[in-house]
Amino acid sequence: MSLRALELVCPAGTPASLRAAVDAGADAIYLGFRDETNARNFPGLNFSRDELAEGIAYAGSRGAKVLVAINTYPRAGNPGPWTKAVDDAAALGAWAVILADIGLLDYARQHHPDLRRHLSVQASAANAQAIRFYCDEFGVKRVVLPRVLTVDEIARINDAVEVETEVFAFGGMCVMAEGRCLLSSYATGESPNMNGVCSPAEHVHYEERNGQLVSRLGGFTINKFRDGEPAGYPTLCKGRFRACKRDSYLFEEPVSLDVSNILPSLMDAGVTALKIEGRQRGKAYVAQVVSAFRRAVDAAARGERPDTADLSSITEGGRQSTGAYEKAWR
Amino acid sequence: MSNTPKLTLGPLLFNWPVEQVTEFYGRIAKLAPVDTVCLGEVVCPKREPLLGGTLAEAAGTLADAGKEIVWSSYGLIADEKELAATRDLIESFDGLVEANDITALPLLQGRPHAIGPLVNVYNEGTLQWLVRRGAMRICLAPELPREAISRLAESAGGAELEVQVFGRMPLALSARCYHARAHGLHKDGCQYVCDKDPDGMPVDTLDGEHFLAVNGIQTLSHSIVDLSAEIDELLEMGITRFRLSPHKVDMVAIAHVWRDLLDGKRDLPRARRIIEAVAAFAPPSNGYFHGRPGAAVV
Repeated sequence: MSLRALELVCPAGTPASLRAAVDAGADAIYLGFRDETNARNFPGLNFSRDELAEGIAYAGSRGAKVLVAINTYPRAGNPGPWTKAVDDAAALGAWAVILADIGLLDYARQHHPDLRRHLSVQASAANAQAIRFYCDEFGVKRVVLPRVLTVDEIARINDAVEVETEVFAFGGMCVMAEGRCLLSSYATGESPNMNGVCSPAEHVHYEERNGQLVSRLGGFTINKFRDGEPAGYPTLCKGRFRACKRDSYLFEEPVSLDVSNILPSLMDAGVTALKIEGRQRGKAYVAQVVSAFRRAVDAAARGERPDTADLSSITEGGRQSTGAYEKAWR
Repeated sequence: MSNTPKLTLGPLLFNWPVEQVTEFYGRIAKLAPVDTVCLGEVVCPKREPLLGGTLAEAAGTLADAGKEIVWSSYGLIADEKELAATRDLIESFDGLVEANDITALPLLQGRPHAIGPLVNVYNEGTLQWLVRRGAMRICLAPELPREAISRLAESAGGAELEVQVFGRMPLALSARCYHARAHGLHKDGCQYVCDKDPDGMPVDTLDGEHFLAVNGIQTLSHSIVDLSAEIDELLEMGITRFRLSPHKVDMVAIAHVWRDLLDGKRDLPRARRIIEAVAAFAPPSNGYFHGRPGAAVV
């Protein structure tokens, strides 16, 4: 029996990663421009207009599509960079733009009615009614679902709304409702919504204290590591904190999301596409994850059980979670 | 519409015992110089049955005292049950409903409504789109700096813009309940442990520094936003509404301080002394307004 394979939407932070992802079997690549219009606004990452044009040509010649993420919230008083990003993505022939802000969706609908619009996870549309709202008002064709939903809830959404759904499959995991989290700016002044960064590196400091490595973000201690304990990046919600007189990973353990062993249930739930997180990752990582998922997705489409052994070695801290997709996570 | 700046008491975000909720709103009705009171469970639908008809009764008491009532919708609507409850709320109440999740917007189409601080309104395009669709009052998110607030105020058209000037700031929502998790419980069997912390559960760093506060699925700031020193700037920008977020402190005293400030009795040192003495459980902050980290004091 052959089912329709899940579309594999893969990250590219650089032209080299784009080529690596395409060569490894990506169906689509998502990327951003080199500024604060996208939610991975990190130094040394992302694409110039010329690089986007070359990337679209490379991907197109191998049957892959390019999606441009313009998924931060335009700044009051200066929407220019965001509207220009939409204009340029349209002019350069991107297959779709991934947007979160209502004002920008409205702009894209009015000025580029034929440009395919996807709703970013940063819009946090977590139920059928919200999704229908974005479809009706802005002609959204695909919704990237928040990582707060269970597989059952995803199935019900797909039953209720005529829209493609894309879910996160692998990589870093937000534990908060995406696009509605100000933790980073509370500590550092910079947020995913306004600056396209979360827990940004220039606000991170490490210090040695009494034989421990202390990681700090802004003025706050996010974690402490004993000698030899692997020290993860101090993303705020993945830190260790003290509550109820106990030190723990209060919000989330430093785990990676990995849905490779529930691909058949995601297909049953009517999901169209899988999204791999990691535009900040290098091309070797991208190639490795994309080829592993290519095999898993194709196996699932043949009705076989996907072999996912090769993914476990590259997850964060070697630990994986299916996150909110299973209700026990809550 | 009068140009007198208005005071809004935001929705009670915490899980308080019913009798305390009744007493709280009874006191607000009788003594607090606020113009508007937002009622409704915003954080966790599971708490709603605990309240029974308490908020509806409070609404009666407050309306009798001349307060405008606004019903605030859930901040995170995930399942059909929560959606149905939101629909019921909107259909059963003729007054102003405050949407705290985009999901409530289609239900509010064709009638005037308010937009709460948990809905992302960062720019003129979004603001004007919402106003065209019937939003007449928008409470802005806490992370907006003064430049953004000022630009938004310029382009609000006839809508009223509101800014939270007192209380812990809402920073995040999650499908996961951190109150339950901190107590080794699961959300489905939470035993309503969020009732242990009337102002949120302290979350400290491993150095013992106060940092955040957990309130069920919500994460708040540890610090209490205090924009009393920024009042002239806010008024000048055209902000017409000022929101006080309820805490288990003397909110009547806080309301009086703010009423005096808005009425032109600008004894700022006295105001700040009272605010800090009344809300002594956490320090003030105003960093976001000044483009700094939200926890900062400028």
